[in-house]
Amino acid sequence: MAKASTGTLYRGNEGMWSWVAHRVTGVGIFFFLLVHVLDTALVRVSPEAYNAVIGTYKTPFMAIGEIALVAAIAFHAFNGLRVILVDFSKSGPKNQKKLFWGVIIVWLIIMIAFIPRQLMHTFGG
Amino acid sequence: MSTTSIPAPRTGYSRHKSTRSKFEMFAWLFMRISGVVLVILIFGHLFVNLWAGEGVQAIDFGFVAGKWASPFWQIWDLLMLWLAMLHGTNGLRTIIMDYAEKPGTRMALQMILYIASVIVIVLGTLVIFTFDPCPAGADPALLASFCSAA
Ligand code: HEM
Ligand code: HEM
Repeated sequence: MAKASTGTLYRGNEGMWSWVAHRVTGVGIFFFLLVHVLDTALVRVSPEAYNAVIGTYKTPFMAIGEIALVAAIAFHAFNGLRVILVDFSKSGPKNQKKLFWGVIIVWLIIMIAFIPRQLMHTFGG
Repeated sequence: MSTTSIPAPRTGYSRHKSTRSKFEMFAWLFMRISGVVLVILIFGHLFVNLWAGEGVQAIDFGFVAGKWASPFWQIWDLLMLWLAMLHGTNGLRTIIMDYAEKPGTRMALQMILYIASVIVIVLGTLVIFTFDPCPAGADPALLASFCSAA
């Protein structure tokens, strides 16, 4: 960890908080994926077993969970692309703050589109 | 008085020169390449399973049978499984290295991580390739329509 309080992209502000959020969402998605592969494996047990478990994904409670999952994936994905741009593009490091706000805006657009769609699927209408 | 020479930014600055291993370089690159591919795979997966049609409400055994009847979705899911698991496992390895300082704790956590990952990758791969869309003796009402067509 750099000890200098200046001259790093990673201390305080956008650089650090996006890194913390990237880490938290990455871990969250990983644990979801472990469970998800196990529940999908129930197709090898019986149609009844699979349908029973996937049925729980359709409840209002889980619908909210799916919104959280999409929020985590969308942030991790767009922020990951930003990290890649900062690493590989010449003007990336200079623009990393602008890129961060770009991530937030694209993330907001996805969530504003997805949340009503998900609520319609769940509650009908 | 001698003049102070200021080195150009980013020249000759390296936190550690000699410990840089080929594996770490490969892992760093893999995180980026797999990340770009995963954006397409996961957003495609979420679009078809969560957004299109009735979304998650439409998913049942017959839905999975319909998708895995096509090699396209089999390969899609296989790639997604492997890339996401390897990307996530390597990401967690980094995090363990960051926070677990005792060698014993590090070792134990890493072992748990690798064992869990291998189990999930092997299980997920087997599920895709041994899946039977029309299991004998199952309630036909739960199966895809192509099961009773024959
Ligand atoms: C709530 C959101 C999600 C739903 C409803 C969902 C649903 C499904 C369904 C129905 C399948 C069976 C095959 C297919 O349709 O392709 C499946 C398989 C799979 N999903 Fe998802 N999924 C979701 C999120 C995710 C996410 C975020 C990831 C990646 C991180 C993911 C990774 C996978 C993988 C790797 C498989 C193949 C599993 C195997 O090999 O047995 N899914 N998912
Ligand atoms: C959707 C596409 C994805 C993109 C573009 C992406 C991008 C990235 C990148 C570039 C890194 C490296 C960050 C760095 O070196 O500083 C990273 C780290 C990580 N990713 Fe992803 N990723 C994606 C999907 C996933 C998935 C599906 C998982 C879980 C299975 C995951 C879990 C992680 C974890 C745990 C880390 C380590 C975080 C850290 O060291 O702080 N990512 N991701």
